Amino acid sequence: MTDVESAVALDLAGLQALVDLLAAEGYTVLGPTVRAGAVVPGRVTTVDDLPRGWGDTQEPGSYRLRRRDDEALFGYAADAISWKSVLFPSRELMWSGTRTADGFSITAGEGSGGLGDPPYAILGIRACDLHAVAIHDRVLQERALPDVHYAARRKDAFLVTVSCSDPSGTCFCVSMGTGPRAESGFDLALTELLGDEHTFLARAGSERGRTVLDRLGSRPAADGEVVAADEVVERSTRRMGRTMDTTDIRTLLYDNADHPRWDDVASRCLSCGNCTMVCPTCFCTSAEDHTSLAGDTAEHWRVWDSCFTSDFSYLHGGSVRSSTKSRYRQWMTHKLASWIDQFGTSGCVGCGRCLTWCPVGIDITEEVAAIRADPRPTAEQTPIEQTPIEQGGGG
Amino acid sequence: MTTVEARRPTLAVWKFASCDGCQLTLLNCEDELLELAGRVDIAYFPEATRAVVEGPYDLSLVEGSVTTAGDAARIQQVRASSRRLVTIGACATAGGIQALRNFADVAEFRAVVYARPEYVDTLATSTPISAHVPVDFELRGCPIDRAQLLEVIAAFVQRRRPRVTAESVCVECKRRGNVCVTVAHGTPCLGPVTHAGCGALCPSYDRGCYGCFGPADTTNTGSLSGRLVELGMPERDVHRVFRTFNAAAPAFAAESERHPSAAGGAR
Ligand code: SF4
Ligand code: SF4
Ligand code: SF4
Ligand code: SF4
Repeated sequence: MTDVESAVALDLAGLQALVDLLAAEGYTVLGPTVRAGAVVPGRVTTVDDLPRGWGDTQEPGSYRLRRRDDEALFGYAADAISWKSVLFPSRELMWSGTRTADGFSITAGEGSGGLGDPPYAILGIRACDLHAVAIHDRVLQERALPDVHYAARRKDAFLVTVSCSDPSGTCFCVSMGTGPRAESGFDLALTELLGDEHTFLARAGSERGRTVLDRLGSRPAADGEVVAADEVVERSTRRMGRTMDTTDIRTLLYDNADHPRWDDVASRCLSCGNCTMVCPTCFCTSAEDHTSLAGDTAEHWRVWDSCFTSDFSYLHGGSVRSSTKSRYRQWMTHKLASWIDQFGTSGCVGCGRCLTWCPVGIDITEEVAAIRADPRPTAEQTPIEQTPIEQGGGG
Repeated sequence: MTTVEARRPTLAVWKFASCDGCQLTLLNCEDELLELAGRVDIAYFPEATRAVVEGPYDLSLVEGSVTTAGDAARIQQVRASSRRLVTIGACATAGGIQALRNFADVAEFRAVVYARPEYVDTLATSTPISAHVPVDFELRGCPIDRAQLLEVIAAFVQRRRPRVTAESVCVECKRRGNVCVTVAHGTPCLGPVTHAGCGALCPSYDRGCYGCFGPADTTNTGSLSGRLVELGMPERDVHRVFRTFNAAAPAFAAESERHPSAAGGAR
C-alpha cells in the first residue's frame, strides 16, 4: 500500500473525471451495473451507470437486490458474475484453420468477453477478486507455455478496487486473508465515504495509478477522511457472513478423503457445475473443435469446463470420477488443499459465490466445519496426492 | 476424406410417432441446406422430397418413438439398411410426450377419446428407438437444436465424434453470462438436472428450464425437487414438471413417481 500521505479525496465529479480520463486513454471502462436483478459487470460511461443505492442480500442458494437507504455506488458485496468473465472469458476462439491447395493455414483468434475490446479498465473490483486475478496470473502465466490470450488482456488492464463497506451473508474473505480491503495488485484503491459529502478516498497502487491520480486534480484527503475510510474496513471485517477455519486444512482434507460427509454432501449436490462457473479462480477449460460440413474450415474454441461433469474426467474407456461424491471431493480438496501444493496458495479467496449461486445452497465453509468437527482419518490410507489421476484432473 | 469425396454418403430421414418438429429443424437449416445437399445424397426424406433412393444408407436420422407393432417391425428394417443410425429428438430418444401413456391405461384412453376404439391399433407404451435397435448416437431435444444437428451430420460425414456434451444446462447458462433465475428470482428451473444443448434458451429470457433435453449425464432429481418445494411448488406440480416431453426418461420418470399427482395417487 502506498503511504497515507498520498491519499487523495475525489467527489462524484472526480469519479466521473476518472471514468472520462480512462476512456480518453483508450480503455474500455467496465464496472458494476444492474442487470436481471443482480449486480454484474457492464460498460460504464457515467457514474449513473453504477448501482447507485443498491445493495444485495446473499445467503447460500439465494441472492436478492435490496434498496439501500443511502446513495452508495458500491454498497453491494461480490458481483453475481466475477471479473473472470472479462479477463478469462467463457468462450474464446484460439485459432481458425482453412484448407489450402497445398495444406492448410492457421489464423490466431482474438478473444474478448463480449463487453468490448481490451485494454480494460475495471472499476469496483473487490479485494477477494483481486486475489483471484493474482491466482490466475500465477496459474495461467507462470508456466512453461504462458496463456498468451490471457496475458494480452491482463497486461494492460487498469484495476480500480473499492473496499467493501457491506459484506454479504456469504462473504468470508477475512478467513482467507484476502479482504475486505485490497493491499496490493491494483492501480487505484477507493474507499467510498457517505458522510455529509459523498467522497472517495483514493490511493495509487502503481506508477500508472499515481499518474492518473495526479492528472485528476484531486485534493489531499483530510485526516478525518483517512480515519473514516479505515473505519469502513474495520466495520466490514467484523461483519463477515461466514468464517472458515483454515488451520492445517491441507492435512485435514487429505486425511479425511473417506469421511462420510462426502456421501452426505453428494446426496444434496446436483453436480450442476454452477459453483465452478462462478468461482473467480476456477480455470478449467475444454477444447471445442468445429468444422464446416465441407471440412474446409475449422475453428478451435476454448470453453469453461467443470469438474462436476462426467465428460471432464473422461479418459479412454470411461469417466474417472463417475460419482457426485468423487466430484465434490475433488473440487473442494483441490480448492482448499492440493491447490496449495500446486500453486503455493489456497484456491479459495472467500468471495462466497459458490455458496450463493449453488441452486441448493451447499456451503463450502459448512462442509469444512463438518469434517473438522468430527474427523475420521482414513487408516493406512493412500493420500490423494499420490494418486496421479486424482491430482492431474484438477489442473 | 477420399472415400467421402469418391461417393457422397447417402442420408435418410425416417419418421416414427412424432410431431415432425425435429425434421423441420433440418429443413430450417436454410443457409446450410445447399452445402449439405452438396456433401450428402439426401436419399430418403419424405418431408422434403419425393425422390427415393434404395438403401442401404450411410446415415439414417430417425425421428419419433415406437407406438405400434408395425413401427416396431419397421425400425428393424431401418436399422438393417443403415450403416449409422442417429436418433433425433425427445420422442426418438425418450419416447416423447406420447410416453405419458406408459403411466396410464391405454385401453381406457382409447375408449374415452375415439368413437370406434377398435379401429385404433396401438401399443400400451411409447418407447425410444434404442429400446428396439442399437443406436449409434442420440441427439436430444424437443425440438433438437439446429447447430447440434449440423454438428452431428458433419461429424458422421467426416467420421469423427460429434462435439455434443451431456453436462447440465447450468453450465451453458453460466457460460452465457446469465443471472440464475432460481437463485436471484426464486423461479423454479430444471436446468441443474437437464442435458445441455439449447444454450440455456429459457433462462436467457428469465424463464426456468422446462427440461426439453431430458436428464443430464448426472442427475440428482431428488435434491432438486426438495428445492422446488422450498420455492413453493406444490407436490403435484413437481410431479408434472418431470412429466413432459421426456416423461419416460428413467431419471425423470422415477422422480415424477415420487410426487403425488393432482389425482392424489403417485400416478
Ligand atoms: S471456492 Fe467459493 S468462496 Fe472460494 S473463491 Fe471459489 S467461489 Fe469464492
Ligand atoms: S468476500 Fe470480502 S472482499 Fe469479497 S465481496 Fe465479500 S467483503 Fe468484499
Ligand atoms: S455444490 Fe452446488 S453448485 Fe456445485 S455442483 Fe453441487 S449443487 Fe451444483
Ligand atoms: S437459471 Fe436454471 S439453468 Fe441457469 S444456472 Fe440457474 S438453475 Fe441453472
